[in-house]
Amino acid sequence: MFKAPDVKRTTFYDYHVEAGGKMVPFAGYLMPVQYPGGIMQEHLHARDKAGLFDVSHMGQVVVDGEGAAAALERLVPIDLEALAIGQQTYATFTSETGGILDDLIVTRWSETCFFLVVNAACKEQDIKHLREHLGDLEITELSGQSLLALQGPKAKDVVGELSPAANDLLFMNGCHTTIGGVECYVTRSGYTGEDGFEISVKNNGALAIADQLLSYDEVQWIGLGARDSLRLEAGLCLYGHDMDASKSPIEAGLNWSVSRSRREGGSKPGGFLGSDQILKHLADGVSKKRVGFLIEGRAPVREGAEIVDTQGNVVGVITSGGFGPTLQTPIAMGYVDAEFCAEGTKLDALVRGKNRAMTVVKMPMVPQRYFRG
Amino acid sequence: MGETVYTKDHEWLVIVDGIATIGVTSFAREQLGDVVFVELPEIGALLTKGDEVAVIESVKAAGEINAPINGTVLEVNETLVDEPELLNSSPEEGGWMFKITLDEDSDISGLMNKAEYQNYIAVNA
Repeated sequence: MFKAPDVKRTTFYDYHVEAGGKMVPFAGYLMPVQYPGGIMQEHLHARDKAGLFDVSHMGQVVVDGEGAAAALERLVPIDLEALAIGQQTYATFTSETGGILDDLIVTRWSETCFFLVVNAACKEQDIKHLREHLGDLEITELSGQSLLALQGPKAKDVVGELSPAANDLLFMNGCHTTIGGVECYVTRSGYTGEDGFEISVKNNGALAIADQLLSYDEVQWIGLGARDSLRLEAGLCLYGHDMDASKSPIEAGLNWSVSRSRREGGSKPGGFLGSDQILKHLADGVSKKRVGFLIEGRAPVREGAEIVDTQGNVVGVITSGGFGPTLQTPIAMGYVDAEFCAEGTKLDALVRGKNRAMTVVKMPMVPQRYFRG
Repeated sequence: MGETVYTKDHEWLVIVDGIATIGVTSFAREQLGDVVFVELPEIGALLTKGDEVAVIESVKAAGEINAPINGTVLEVNETLVDEPELLNSSPEEGGWMFKITLDEDSDISGLMNKAEYQNYIAVNA
């Protein structure tokens, strides 16, 4: 197997190997794609109990300084000034042409300080982007910080014992707390559609927190393979696949990620990179859009498969696809021409020369179970 | 019962009276992960060594099975269509994939015996 010379390891590398993790290079890191239980078992475990994910490869960045909210608003179509301290939001870094440079979670740590979690593969470029556009602010990558996610219906029982403060959080909120005496920042968020938490902790305390979490019978490591099938069932985009610089947030079906106040008629419309194009997409609609698919039969339809209408015309392309272990059926998402976006539309995907019937369905395919109080 | 022989592509074959029963090895199955779908060849299809003959899909990826020898598809394991998970539990027995009638000039000289195959995966894994 190919091994990049500069491939990095997270703090948990030895834990993954000890747990039987199959380590593969991913975004410059050696990460566990699966453990001996396999993707199917891991996926179902996270839906039924509590799955522990090492997501330390992701970028953790702090943006600090006077006027940080207003400055960051030039890069994301979000009303960050309205974000309460301890509250977080999903966002996209938009490009000058209205495309998506990356997607991220922004948490307000204080009046002037924001904590960003960005994709591993994009983090260097994101930091460069932030420094280019926000020269007056202090941009710090928390490179000595690990990130764990605990996801699933039992996550709250575990975190409830270890950190009652974190357990009181509502979805998309965070707090500074301790777990087993180790200081950390916990948010109620994740990438599986389940209730759960993300824990940002200094590397020197990270193993102690993992030990605490893994001491519960219902907690098990989950690899990148199941992380992908979980997020696909939850209808969540994967950057570089379901969205990229050639797609606007509106084409990606992320209209909700453009704050009301940043739209036409809002209190501070536009003013972010690519806002002309994005607001135009909001006002006039788009010619192609991301939708979800339920596939008939058992054959998975994967990224890159062409989508055809009943006449055989190519009307789109699959951007993510696989088998949904919870649904026990293949599912996918992809971009299709606007006229084929309606729920219930019957289309085919071409897989190895064969037509596979599929139906446009509402996302998420598996209901999200976020804790909103 | 003929001796089981193996290919470098991690297929196993049992050849008896000019008919080869073919599947994938446990090693290959483990590499691929949980199998969720199997696409089998048409009965009667003429195969030349190296042709793509079947596909195994796991949760994560698709793996192509190439014809290990020249021949004609005689039978396929229909059970796998409805129960692809049989390939997870029993890849080298109940999870056999297809049988082919060997061409008279089929070349089986490149196939490995069990010891050779185990050495091959030890070196290449």
